[in-house]
Amino acid sequence: MSEMKIRAKLSGDETTVKCLMSHPMENGQRKDSKTGDLIAAHFIQEVICKTKDRIVLTASWNGGVSKNPYLSFKFKGGAVGDPVEIIWTDNQGKTERATALIS
Amino acid sequence: MTDSKRRTLLKGSLAAGSVGVAVGAGLLRPGQALADWNAAAFQARDVPTALTKLLGSETAEMSARIKIKVPDIAENGAVVPVTVETDLPGVTSISIIAVDNPIPLVASFELAESAMPFVSTRIKMAKTSDVIAVVRAGDRLYKNAQNVKVTVGGC
Repeated sequence: MSEMKIRAKLSGDETTVKCLMSHPMENGQRKDSKTGDLIAAHFIQEVICKTKDRIVLTASWNGGVSKNPYLSFKFKGGAVGDPVEIIWTDNQGKTERATALIS
Repeated sequence: MTDSKRRTLLKGSLAAGSVGVAVGAGLLRPGQALADWNAAAFQARDVPTALTKLLGSETAEMSARIKIKVPDIAENGAVVPVTVETDLPGVTSISIIAVDNPIPLVASFELAESAMPFVSTRIKMAKTSDVIAVVRAGDRLYKNAQNVKVTVGGC
C-alpha cells in the first residue's frame, strides 16, 4: 500500500512539491533495546522526482535522513493538472511510487 | 565456529534478511540494491572523504549566497529540519552534511534544469555540530555552514 503523500502547488511560475514518505530509515547502527542486537540497515537510497516523465530532482540518501522522510523541492515550468511522480528505492530493493496532480 | 553459533547466525539471517544482517555485521556494503548509489560517499566516516567521493573535491568556496535554514537548538536530534536555498546560478547539486555524525554525508540532491535551487528535508543529528551545505554551481563548489545545538542526539 502506498503510504506516500504528495502535494504539488503552483504559485506564479513555480511549483512547490512537498512529500512525506513512510519508511523506518534504520541506519544499521542502532541496537535493539531488548536483545542488544544491531537493527539491520533499512533506508531509502534514492528518490526520483518527475513531472510529465521528465526528471526534476534525484535524491541520494542514507540512514541519516529522519524516519518517515520529508522532502520538499521547487521547479519551474509546471502547470495545473500536470502529474508529479515520486519513486523511492531502499537498500533492500523495495520501491514505492506515487503521483499527485499540480493544483 | 561451533554448530550452535552457526545455527544462531542462520536463524538471524532468516529473520532479518541475509543482506541486512550481513550489512549490520559489516560484511557487505548496502549499495547492492542500487547500483547508482554512491556507497563510498554515503558510508564515509569523515567529511573530506565523503566530499571527494561524491563531488570529486573536498574543497569548496564559502558563499553567503547559500542560505541554510535550521533550528538554532534542536531538542530532538532524530528530526532536525534543514532547508537549503541559494541564488547562485546554474546549480546542479545540493548536498547536506552533519559534520559530527558518525556518517557525516546525509543527503545529496541532483537538480535538473527545471529545478529551483531549493531543497528541504529532515535529518538525524548525533550531537551539536555544524550543518554544511555544499552546492555545485557552474562546475564550481560552494559551501556554507550553520551550527545546530542538539539537546538529545538522534542517530
